Amino acid sequence: MSVSRSAARARNRADQALRFILPLAALALGMLAWDLVVRLNAIPSYVLPGPVLVFATIITDWPVLWSSLLVTLTTTFEALLLALIGGVGLAVLFNRSRVFEYSFYPYAVILQVTPVIAIAPLLLIYLPQPAAVLVCAWIVAFFPVLANTTLGLNSVDRNLADLFRLYGATRTQILIHLKLPAALPFILGGLRIAGGLALIGAVVAAIAAGSAGAGSGLAYRIAESGYRLNIPRMFAALILLSIAGIAIFAALSLLSHLILRQWHESAVAPEN
Amino acid sequence: MPASAPKFFANSIVALHGVGKIFDNAVSALDGFDLEIQRGEFVSLLGPSGCGKSTALRIVAGLTEPTVGAVVWNNTEPASRGERGIGFVFQEPTLMPWTNATGNVYLPLRLKGHDREQAAPQISAALTGVGLAEFANAYPRELSGGMKMRVSIARALVTHPRLLLMDEPFAALDEITRFKLNNDLLALWKAMGETVVFVTHSVFESVYLSSRIIVMTPRPGRIFTEIPVDVRYPRDEKFRTSPEYAALCRKVSVALSAAMAAGGGE
Ligand SMILES: Nc1ncnc2c1ncn2[C@@H]1O[C@H](COP(=O)(O)OP(=O)(O)OP(=O)(O)O)[C@@H](O)[C@H]1O
Ligand SMILES: [Mg+2]
Repeated sequence: MSVSRSAARARNRADQALRFILPLAALALGMLAWDLVVRLNAIPSYVLPGPVLVFATIITDWPVLWSSLLVTLTTTFEALLLALIGGVGLAVLFNRSRVFEYSFYPYAVILQVTPVIAIAPLLLIYLPQPAAVLVCAWIVAFFPVLANTTLGLNSVDRNLADLFRLYGATRTQILIHLKLPAALPFILGGLRIAGGLALIGAVVAAIAAGSAGAGSGLAYRIAESGYRLNIPRMFAALILLSIAGIAIFAALSLLSHLILRQWHESAVAPEN
Repeated sequence: MPASAPKFFANSIVALHGVGKIFDNAVSALDGFDLEIQRGEFVSLLGPSGCGKSTALRIVAGLTEPTVGAVVWNNTEPASRGERGIGFVFQEPTLMPWTNATGNVYLPLRLKGHDREQAAPQISAALTGVGLAEFANAYPRELSGGMKMRVSIARALVTHPRLLLMDEPFAALDEITRFKLNNDLLALWKAMGETVVFVTHSVFESVYLSSRIIVMTPRPGRIFTEIPVDVRYPRDEKFRTSPEYAALCRKVSVALSAAMAAGGGE
């Protein structure tokens, strides 16, 4: 029995290793193919730079790329924080007052379904550029938090809610000790979606702003490099953006895991 | 309900008068259910599955409104539900998964505004009482079904309720633990002088514990008959093996069979 168990564990570990190795191998193959295509066809770097040149650009242009990345990340995290506060706050208000929910929920949905790229130019007229970008990122990020929190607040165990009523709990006590903890896994799930969306929102709005503004985020670098036909730098900025997106998702997943691992099925380690 | 007030005995707590419950899906769970609970008694509701026992208990607790009939509290009882000192053990453990056994047992005290340190001795006494002192820090998912149920019982007892409502609390336990908790419950009941309404479908358990057994008909539940168990407390293992106990069990069994044969009138 212990033999089969350790065999199963070994298989499990091999499985995990494969999940790491295979994407990396695919990446390496893709790089190789990219490099070969560029070399064999002698494609000029202002059309398609090879991977080596792109990575060299990341290194040589690091100071400017890094400061741009910081600007984009700052906007993203500010938007995410505001999305968390706004999403959870609105969900709590909706949960408290049906009148409030019926009055304003449709507008939250409208805000969500209107493409942010179409809202951005309008906002840019009324707001300074950084604020407009932040608002756009917030608009796309807050809805998943709102929707998930609403779902979470409504999925409280009925008997537990009865127990709170029986002990004469106040609405605030029910919110703090019952509804919010029950909603926590949902909130964290919403936040994970919101993280990616906040980055997308920040980039899309900055692109819409174009090089007109004084912004210096990564999106601005991409637009600017495009005008100057500095294609290697476009690629370099794009790669940094993807890495930032992956890092945000990984960080939020880790956060969710750390908070829930004690009790929630989604985060509890499988039995062995 | 001043009209029904004179019907009260001085020492009754709450009475259900002609209570009927029809759910939204048109299921009629209770029909013409009358029950008066006396202070200090241990009354069991005994009946087949689905006869409305849980529904009756929820109505007593004020968690469900009856469709017809009235629930009348003696005017010596506090008017607000939070102050009546009701303890409720649900048929399912109903624990908060995000906190451990201690946190779950702490809940009723926390809602009353006690701080955690002040409540700690009461919490550990309650957990020790159900044999879970070693599992104070375990989360519900780390506990077996019976252990979760015992945490739920400890949570109900920690406030020393004046009216304890229990919905098949020992159904998931092994015989030995069940007997032990039966005895503990009786001891506690005697010591506190509180009132217990106990739902069960075990004839043996109801006879061992109760001072009065209410036998219910199948759905829609109504009272088929009432059997007093006039055996002095404290009861112990000697009572469990006595001919008197066997005779009472037979009597209750016969009544239950008759109740099932009589049907609920559907
Ligand atoms: N919330 C509800 N909505 C609709 N029907 C319900 C609801 N709760 C209970 N019922 C119905 O009412 C009837 C009585 O239910 P109840 O839970 O009171 O039975 P019970 O006597 O406690 O049964 P058991 O011994 O199996 O727990 C059942 O037929 C059930 O289907
Ligand atoms: Mg039941």
